[in-house]
Amino acid sequence: MKELVVISGKGGTGKTSILAAFAALADRCVTADCDVDAADLHLVLDPRVKRTESFSGGVVARIDPARCTGCGRCEELCRFDAVSALGETNAAAAGGGTPGGAAAATRYAIDEIACEGCAVCAYFCPAEAIDLVEETAGDWFVSDARFGPMVHARLRPGGENSGKLVSLVRREARRIADEEGIDMVLVDGSPGIGCPVIASITGADFVLVVTEPTLSGIHDLGRVIELARHFDVPAMVAVNKYDINMDAAAEIEEFASKNGVPVAGRIRYDAAVTAAQIAGRSVVEIGDGPAAEDVRRVWNRVKYVIEQEEH
Amino acid sequence: MRIAIASGKGGTGKTTIATNLAAVAAAAGRRSTYVDCDVEEPNGHIFLKPEIDRSEPVTMLMPVVDEALCTACGECGRICRFKAITLILDRVLTFHELCHACGGCALVCPVRAITERPREVGVLESGTARTAGGAEVGFLHGTLNVKEAMAPPVIRAVKREIPADGLVIVDAPPGASCSMVESVRGADRVILVTEPTPFGLNDLAIAVETVRTMGFEPGVVVNRDGAGDDRVDRWCDEKGIGILARIPDDRTVAEAYSRGELPVDAVPGFRARIEALLAVLDETGSAPGAAPGDDRTSDAEVTE
Repeated sequence: MKELVVISGKGGTGKTSILAAFAALADRCVTADCDVDAADLHLVLDPRVKRTESFSGGVVARIDPARCTGCGRCEELCRFDAVSALGETNAAAAGGGTPGGAAAATRYAIDEIACEGCAVCAYFCPAEAIDLVEETAGDWFVSDARFGPMVHARLRPGGENSGKLVSLVRREARRIADEEGIDMVLVDGSPGIGCPVIASITGADFVLVVTEPTLSGIHDLGRVIELARHFDVPAMVAVNKYDINMDAAAEIEEFASKNGVPVAGRIRYDAAVTAAQIAGRSVVEIGDGPAAEDVRRVWNRVKYVIEQEEH
Repeated sequence: MRIAIASGKGGTGKTTIATNLAAVAAAAGRRSTYVDCDVEEPNGHIFLKPEIDRSEPVTMLMPVVDEALCTACGECGRICRFKAITLILDRVLTFHELCHACGGCALVCPVRAITERPREVGVLESGTARTAGGAEVGFLHGTLNVKEAMAPPVIRAVKREIPADGLVIVDAPPGASCSMVESVRGADRVILVTEPTPFGLNDLAIAVETVRTMGFEPGVVVNRDGAGDDRVDRWCDEKGIGILARIPDDRTVAEAYSRGELPVDAVPGFRARIEALLAVLDETGSAPGAAPGDDRTSDAEVTE
């Protein structure tokens, strides 16, 4: 079984559209959507959810107003600016912002979005007024999708620990592939270079970096390649919308080969990609335009390289 | 006024809107500062080409254990919720990449064997950019070092440098998790940039939910208007979210972007659209709530 992760330094480069096309072109595969912040793959693959599990991102601190004496020790110790005097800034916790100051006896509250769950406040609260509560950070799902099983997730707004959720989604996708004897896992990774991406690529067999021929594309590609190398995952590059700027496209390809990263191919700018998205299909399913033709070529190349790796 | 530009999905045009807004405000003679909080992939500098006059490391405090003082009591390992410090046999080991720098271990150590020392996780840079007409735009950004997992400390370092006055445009990272939330916190207004596509709408809905949880009422900018369908319009209408501006789909904008040029300088008609957006923002001030500016779809026209 092989696991291919499609990532992009920058968001919006077309990674989900390309991955969906790969899923259509693979005979049968398990797909995993690890862009848990902005999961979109389900819009193309029509998953029917078979199993839903909630995901705990960790704990958050909560102050019991009945026990709080207002000493302010928690505010003093919190390194994440998560503690504030009630009625001042914590609109969410106070139910939309309480007007007027509760100045007489200051009480404190914790902004659960800012709280990192370090528990220092609870540990040192002299009144033992702070409890740690499990935070539900999101849900993850196992589904039947159009080209095989799919594992996906939804992070709650501002949810913590998306890296942990990404690892969980990938692990489940590989487990299903093993169980059902499917030899390809296609993972839609997340943008950036921080914890969700690190969790998306560690231990994967192959990374395809989708990039655009722009100065920011070149800038971000360097950082992503460095990351893939650090985690020892072989990478390839595909240049999407390459005809927007041929000079930049050539520069990207040159940069990639100089860094020992093979170029899997170029994909032309094509309005059919958006049209496919609106139809809820992948670009290779709605016709044989330029992008569909190019994506097929890239897929064949990537598949060939992955198969070669096996030896 | 501090305006945060965010979007659920990456690549919708956040940086384009943010850099051009900052440049247009400066050209109008206002004190304007562009702040790039997308520290994983900061790109604003490519378009504003600032002269950097200050560069300093962003550090996080990490525990250092003095073995001569340590009694191996294990208290530090018990308070640490991130498994970043732990007692193995009679030795305390630290794992810096897991550390959130909460300071608990140092506080709890009964013999004061733990001190906190700074470790570099990123870089903060500030400087000044100049518009084509010579107006100055304040510039501030942070860059997370490759291989570092935690962006929020770098974002917090950038935010501490934000000037108190003038127009401040914060370019937030994509998504809806901790980095985006950290970037948006403290803003007076939030603008969400989206595309008129199913992906755009799906991610916009998540971003709206996130910023509403934080107490903001966002306004929307529809980028690449005309490239998709009207589902974003209908949804915004239904949810009572104001559409502040529409930027028509135009390949020449993408081409200018690819060359690292500001579309306000390179694409005819673009400047007028950004000026109109700035005017709408001024008109509605820092007051949250739906803004005027949408003259298209009304409820009656919507058919399912």
